[in-house]
Amino acid sequence: MIELIQHLINGFSMGSIYALIALGYTMVFGILQLINFAHGDVYMVGAFTGFYAIHFFKLAEHPSWLSLALTLVVAMIGSGCLGWCIERLAYRPLRKSPRINVLITAVGVSLFLEFAGQLFFGADPKFFPQVLSFEGDWSFNELKINPLQVLIFVVSIFLMLALDWMIYRTRLGRAMRATSFNLEYASLMGIPTDQVISLTFVLGSTLAGAAGVLVGLTYPKIDPLMGVLPGLKAFVAAVLGGIGNVRGAVLGALILGLSEEFLVGYGAPTFRDALAFGLLIMILLFKPTGLLGLKRAEKV
Amino acid sequence: MTPSTKIKLNYQSSILWGIALTLVWISQSAWIGLMNPYYLSIIIYAGINIILAVSLNLVNGFTGQFSMGHAGFMSVGGYFSAYITTHYFAQSLDSLSQIQQALIFLGSLLAGGCAAALVGYCVGLPSLRLKGDYLAIVTLGFGEIIRVVVLNLDSVGGARGLPNIPGLCSFGWVYTWVLICTFVIWRIIRSSYGREFLAVREDEIAAEAMGVNTTQVKVKAFVIGAFFAGVAGGLFAHTLRYLNPQTFDFNRSVEIIIMVVLGGMGSITGSILAAIFLTTLRELLRPLQEWTQIDFRMVIYSLLLILMMLLRPQGLMGTREITSFFRNRRGDPR
Repeated sequence: MIELIQHLINGFSMGSIYALIALGYTMVFGILQLINFAHGDVYMVGAFTGFYAIHFFKLAEHPSWLSLALTLVVAMIGSGCLGWCIERLAYRPLRKSPRINVLITAVGVSLFLEFAGQLFFGADPKFFPQVLSFEGDWSFNELKINPLQVLIFVVSIFLMLALDWMIYRTRLGRAMRATSFNLEYASLMGIPTDQVISLTFVLGSTLAGAAGVLVGLTYPKIDPLMGVLPGLKAFVAAVLGGIGNVRGAVLGALILGLSEEFLVGYGAPTFRDALAFGLLIMILLFKPTGLLGLKRAEKV
Repeated sequence: MTPSTKIKLNYQSSILWGIALTLVWISQSAWIGLMNPYYLSIIIYAGINIILAVSLNLVNGFTGQFSMGHAGFMSVGGYFSAYITTHYFAQSLDSLSQIQQALIFLGSLLAGGCAAALVGYCVGLPSLRLKGDYLAIVTLGFGEIIRVVVLNLDSVGGARGLPNIPGLCSFGWVYTWVLICTFVIWRIIRSSYGREFLAVREDEIAAEAMGVNTTQVKVKAFVIGAFFAGVAGGLFAHTLRYLNPQTFDFNRSVEIIIMVVLGGMGSITGSILAAIFLTTLRELLRPLQEWTQIDFRMVIYSLLLILMMLLRPQGLMGTREITSFFRNRRGDPR
């Protein structure tokens, strides 16, 4: 029983990381029908921005909630800028070209970030310093809870609610939904679609940047290739929930996080990385629209 | 093009291929043995890359699908053929005659190719429903799944890799397969049968309306492409004499994709040139890499991909072949 709860907590915290990344995938796909392969690497850059912010402001010496907030904000701004640059330099010039070309570009951008990252950050893993001071785990009888995992969950839920509010309750969100519904008609209605698309990239990238910092805090080893697998898995999560659907992405990510955790806990840990792709193939074969995706789902 | 010229071309190209095959084996027996082994190994790897690039071009270039798991097929073929030669024949291999060894090697290559083709069939089936980006991700996923499965297979060494593979491969073997691969794919796409592949690339809906069974065509492309990738894997295994699951990771697939994109999606000549160019480039960059301890190769590859798509999306050759230049000079319509 204790073990089960432990796995549930692990699964939810990993799932919420996947969710933060998956949101970026699903928003960009909703608008441009483009798989932004570089998204996982934006998450990596977010983690590294956080890492350098901590060193630059010497935040590790004064662990507090304020330092955490500052790290998060700097990482989110950094990755947001990167997302904007990627869209502006690599994807926008190709807006009119065949989708396969854009896809190839996306793969290229992803590889470029990974290996340019190795040039700038070094290929060896870095230790992510702690900006919060917790003394050990919280324990309730037998059950031990790592407070950082709870933190991940809480912060992600907060960010996701903020995003949800933005998409469904603001004018900007309405513009995004309209653009994803039909880009051409939206621009005819006076929506500055180019700016909306840029903003979508920025929003998705900020969330990924936040995910990078949160992962760095909990699993404190970061390296330039850390984004590859989480990125791909987050994409699977987005497809699982119905790509283009914001709430579906969160649902899919939590399902993926939990099922991975249970596979590791009770089944075959070495097959962990294959699970996501197996799930993807299954979902595409039997329900290509995903769990929450409808034929004409409301997309952003 | 009138029917008569077409027949003539068939005839000509068969003779050309025959001559090339003879040349390969003459050079194998006459002077390849005298070459600097380092240069020889580069030439051999270039040949293997040509097979991979041309076979991927059938899927990505001519059929217009986007497969990102070619290294996965290569690893299936490589491991399967290496397993056959290593586990069943390793002890007795030295006592066998050269012809027997060659037959065993040929058999293992074909078996590896067929195993990869079988896997290709399984990957092709999901493409019944998937298009474009989804297919790319599924093939990527299949590649990863294959890697994880191999990693967990103890009979082929798992994460330790598979050592002591007999070094049966040679220049002649590789370039014979290069010729077979280019010939087969060349003939396929130049036949009326192969127009189906091009039709699917150009417009899937229109092709379907014209009575092309698009799903079948896609699966065929996958199976043929996977077969040659498997053979290339077998050749690779018996050249390097050691296999490791990490050899066939996503970056390997990307390397093959870059060859196809750089050469032009839909041009066999382009794939060949790009495969030779990138294999050489890799070796030229090696001193730089040893000096700086940084792998520049992938940075350059990725920049190449992005810049190609921005500046020259059709690749070096577009969909043209080397023969189309000659034909233009004679004034024939292309």
